[in-house]
Amino acid sequence: MLELVTTKLEDVANWGRKFSLFSYPFVTACCGMEFMSVAAPKYDIARFGAEFPRFSPRQSDLLMIVGTITEKQGPALKRIYDQMTEPKWVIAFGVCASTGGFYQNYHAMPGADQVIPVDVYIPGCPPRPEQVLDALILLQDRVARKDGHSQLRLKREKIVLQQARAIEDD
Amino acid sequence: MSQKTLDALKAKFGDAITATESQHGDEVAYVRRDKLTEVATWLRDDRAMAFDMPVFVTCIDLLDWRPIKAPGQPSSTRPEWDPTGAGATPRFEVCWQLRSLAHRHRLRLKVAVAESDLKVPSLTPLWQAFGWQERETFDMYGIEFQGHHDLRRIYLYDEFIGHPLRKDYPKEKRQPLVRRSDLLGDH
Ligand code: SF4
Repeated sequence: MLELVTTKLEDVANWGRKFSLFSYPFVTACCGMEFMSVAAPKYDIARFGAEFPRFSPRQSDLLMIVGTITEKQGPALKRIYDQMTEPKWVIAFGVCASTGGFYQNYHAMPGADQVIPVDVYIPGCPPRPEQVLDALILLQDRVARKDGHSQLRLKREKIVLQQARAIEDD
Repeated sequence: MSQKTLDALKAKFGDAITATESQHGDEVAYVRRDKLTEVATWLRDDRAMAFDMPVFVTCIDLLDWRPIKAPGQPSSTRPEWDPTGAGATPRFEVCWQLRSLAHRHRLRLKVAVAESDLKVPSLTPLWQAFGWQERETFDMYGIEFQGHHDLRRIYLYDEFIGHPLRKDYPKEKRQPLVRRSDLLGDH
């Protein structure tokens, strides 16, 4: 019975989360132009409840990696991800953030997922704003289905904790 | 106009200028490494030269350099590129581009550098604005600018080994600082 209540509660919470994603734009390169376009009134990401760019990772739960990630930026990116509130989601915006794009050399990281788990990848150089909105909708589904990377990790951690308690109780 | 600069340089410094060339309105003077500071100081301070604006510093890696074959010319007659008269193509050429805003002329100074001895005098004490670019050249090619006040890597991280714009740096060799722990397999 208690199980049912908590699951339902979580569903409600996730329903709330999916329409109030607070994004942290990690804008490093030219894709930033397209990000501005998505955020501006014409494409208006606000319609999907993700209109608040928080420029502090501690206040946000959606990391938008917009642009090329260099190897030098890796530690900063990881740190920002670690500072974000749980549960959190990540969108890789553009081919550079997804795979490194056309950079195949000493400085560019072959995709931000080398450092942090990414939930949705948006191809395109840069992607059209419609693609970004599509990705956001995909992410919202994912939030509601509870299978974002951080949600799954939290679930795993909870199970491990329960098992540890059960062993202690025995 | 600028040919005059080259002529004046040759008249004043003689064999410290090992070669000169002019291409598409750009004048280039190859300077002996030990005379570079002297030549540059004169270029900056002489009233008729007055090179008051530093434009850029960079380096050219001549590894496996071969001259472009002129049409109709057999490849065996191609000369070895030897601006310094040392008998062989140097591994690197460091170049400093100068401009005079007063006289509206330009000049490029080049110094040939062997791979075994990467030291060149820094021109940052003469033109402050060369500071960061000499750091960049050090970062990318490993040229040691002697007399530079702060010769550190500027773009890359200190952990980086090697100099990526050298032609013998493997094209796709990355030197990651962090990776996801589950990708490294220590989970
Ligand atoms: S994907 Fe294209 S537009 Fe976006 S950061 Fe890379 S190069 Fe720039």
